[in-house]
Amino acid sequence: MNNLIYLIPIALFLGGLGLIGFLWALKSGQYEDLEGAGHRILEDDQPIKDDKQT
Amino acid sequence: MSCCAPGTESALELGASHATLPEDELRAGSRLLGENMWQTDLSVPAVHCGACITAIERELNGMDGVESARVNLTTRRLAVRWREGNVPPFMARLASIGYPAHLFDITQDDSDKELSRLLKALAVSGFAAMNIMLLSVSVWSGAETATRDLFHWVSALIAIPALVWSGRIFFLSAWNALRHGRTNMDVPISIGVSLAYGMSLYETINHGHHAYFDAAVSLLFFLLIGRTLDHVMRERARVAVKGLARLAARGAMVEQEDGGRLWVPVNEIQQGARILLAAGDRIPVDGIVSLGRSELDCALVSGESAPQPVVIGSPLRAGTLNLIAPLTMTATKKSEDSFLAEMIRLMEAAEGGKARYRRIADRASQLYAPVVHLTAFLAFLGWMFVGAGWHQSITIAVAVLIITCPCALGLAVPIVQVVAARRLFEKGIMVKDGGAMERLAEATIAVFDKTGTLTLGKPRLVNGVEIDASALQTAAALASYSRHPLSIALANYAPMSSSKHFDDIKELAGLGIEGIDAQGVWRLGRRAWALSESDTVTNTARTHSILSLNGKTVAELQFEDSLRPDAKASIASLKQRGLQPEILSGDTQSSVAIAAHSLEIERFTGGMLPAQKLAKIEALARSGQKVLMVGDGLNDAPALRAAYVSIAPATAADIGRNAADFVFLRESLEAIPYAIAVSRRAGQLIRENFAIAIIYNVLAVPAAIFGYVTPLVAALAMSGSSILVVANAMRLSVKSIDKKRVQKAPEAAGLLFAEPAE
Repeated sequence: MNNLIYLIPIALFLGGLGLIGFLWALKSGQYEDLEGAGHRILEDDQPIKDDKQT
Repeated sequence: MSCCAPGTESALELGASHATLPEDELRAGSRLLGENMWQTDLSVPAVHCGACITAIERELNGMDGVESARVNLTTRRLAVRWREGNVPPFMARLASIGYPAHLFDITQDDSDKELSRLLKALAVSGFAAMNIMLLSVSVWSGAETATRDLFHWVSALIAIPALVWSGRIFFLSAWNALRHGRTNMDVPISIGVSLAYGMSLYETINHGHHAYFDAAVSLLFFLLIGRTLDHVMRERARVAVKGLARLAARGAMVEQEDGGRLWVPVNEIQQGARILLAAGDRIPVDGIVSLGRSELDCALVSGESAPQPVVIGSPLRAGTLNLIAPLTMTATKKSEDSFLAEMIRLMEAAEGGKARYRRIADRASQLYAPVVHLTAFLAFLGWMFVGAGWHQSITIAVAVLIITCPCALGLAVPIVQVVAARRLFEKGIMVKDGGAMERLAEATIAVFDKTGTLTLGKPRLVNGVEIDASALQTAAALASYSRHPLSIALANYAPMSSSKHFDDIKELAGLGIEGIDAQGVWRLGRRAWALSESDTVTNTARTHSILSLNGKTVAELQFEDSLRPDAKASIASLKQRGLQPEILSGDTQSSVAIAAHSLEIERFTGGMLPAQKLAKIEALARSGQKVLMVGDGLNDAPALRAAYVSIAPATAADIGRNAADFVFLRESLEAIPYAIAVSRRAGQLIRENFAIAIIYNVLAVPAAIFGYVTPLVAALAMSGSSILVVANAMRLSVKSIDKKRVQKAPEAAGLLFAEPAE
């Protein structure tokens, strides 16, 4: 039972980390274009500036 | 054309006039980010997929002066950052690759604060609910004495941020309602959650066996899910509607006293200002023509489908479109006194059709809150009466409040409406809010505007097959020099062959086009002008244009505003669903009659003024009808507002789109019966969900009253009923509605192809 002394804080800390991560993602605008993000992963990674000719 | 957007062509054409925005206006609509960097926010309605993103970003990032361009697919917006200096011509570039853009009003820019508030609240309550549930499961599975107390204390601590941060949304709304002497769904929620927390804290302090922290917090979590979904749906529609091309002028070139020209925003144009209008400009304010002659497209303002000629001294109404030649006008009114403002006043007066309606959820909570409170109070009195003591009586009363808390009820309506809105969105139909769907399901009569609603608002050559091919080629060649809608229709019908050549071409505003070649003088335009001899020929019911050679008729070209695709099938489908169709139009009685007959609509009226339309809608409402108004023009806006429920096409005037509950983006009128079918199905599912919630309460409340509800039972019952309700709502996404449409599709296609022969 003594394990609980550190297990509970660890559980809360990890959960809190997830929560902070979510709030950070929200604040940095990562939830602003959910639809576009889904399409962007299918794009080629080559830098756009390089192919002006196309 | 954009890569993958069938049905957005009309939006494209709308946007085309915005492609050549003056640089002043672009600069005025941009904001300085600092360090010589500007950002322009554009709305690009034609963006639809990943390929569109790549195409636009690649094109713009390759331009000189552009620092970066980023597309937001969800809101169909584009942010372009450019360096100080000349404004890069990105508008023209966008238009050239098929994505006409228009300026996004920064003054209206409101990044969605409410959504991020809800999401934060949701995240906090989700975090708290999960952790508390973890501890609660340990208690239920047999944690004893000191361990149980510890777990309860930890739970109490975790619950505090959830209550303060997430519960705030409900507490504030409940407080607001109570202060104004009303109750809403949030009142029992707030009371239930606060009491549950308070009692659990008391239990914890006194080493009690049962605490309801998990129930209180997971209740907040579930309810916030419903709340967030509801908000997302409304916000999405609002943003999408805002992203459509604006049809009102934002400003105009005003001639200064020293002879210079300056671009002035529309609300700063003074009475008496001399305004220069190019062909294709919208009239910014009411005024009169002081120089030049042209023709106006009044379809959005009055519903007249034929272009109206104007000469010096003719009055101009704000919102009409100058079609063929440059004009100079003198403003007679300021923008706040113009025709548009008059419509807004009529609309404000007309408010009521919707205000009287109360959403199903509100009506349910009106009944629900008193019943719940009364039941809890009676349970408390009952247990006091049989001598159970304060503590046990209060425990049971709180258990009743928790178990009846409208978890399922809070989700029952929004989840169905979100799924329904998603279905409609896939078909290009936007819904402003869930209440609109409830109202649409009840509509009994469908009133249509003609020009731009039943029809596309664009003329089409109807007797092309009867005309000699070489004459048609000549006419098309002449027409290709003009921006007049009839000319554009002609050029579209018969693409010009390069063989035809004229020596001298001139367009005479209000009359037509004249071209000279070896055979003589060709004229295409008004009968009286094109023909030297006066003739008394036949058909004047339709808009027509004459092609003449040296004053003699070569061909008579007849035009008609073409009906929207599937118009006939959609009207038939409306009748089948029990909605009586009717046309109220500002166009002439004769052209309304033609449209009405080809659509088999018995009741129609032409020549209606905006106020008359409004009066007619109100009269119908008084006679007990629930009116569905479908319209697009400025002149329809008051009627759209007054109607019980209203639908506008994406090509409608801004003000009409804002007044309407639904906006459909594609050309086909099929959107209307489809929206009704989905709304009715949604209504049915909402009623089923209410039935599920009521059955759940009938079973759970007696258990709570007789003291059998432990925290474990409360948690199970609450989650169980929520999952059941969500699962039921998901049935709407099953393809049952599409199946019905597929069966009808061959018939609809047949009608579509039969139409040109009529």
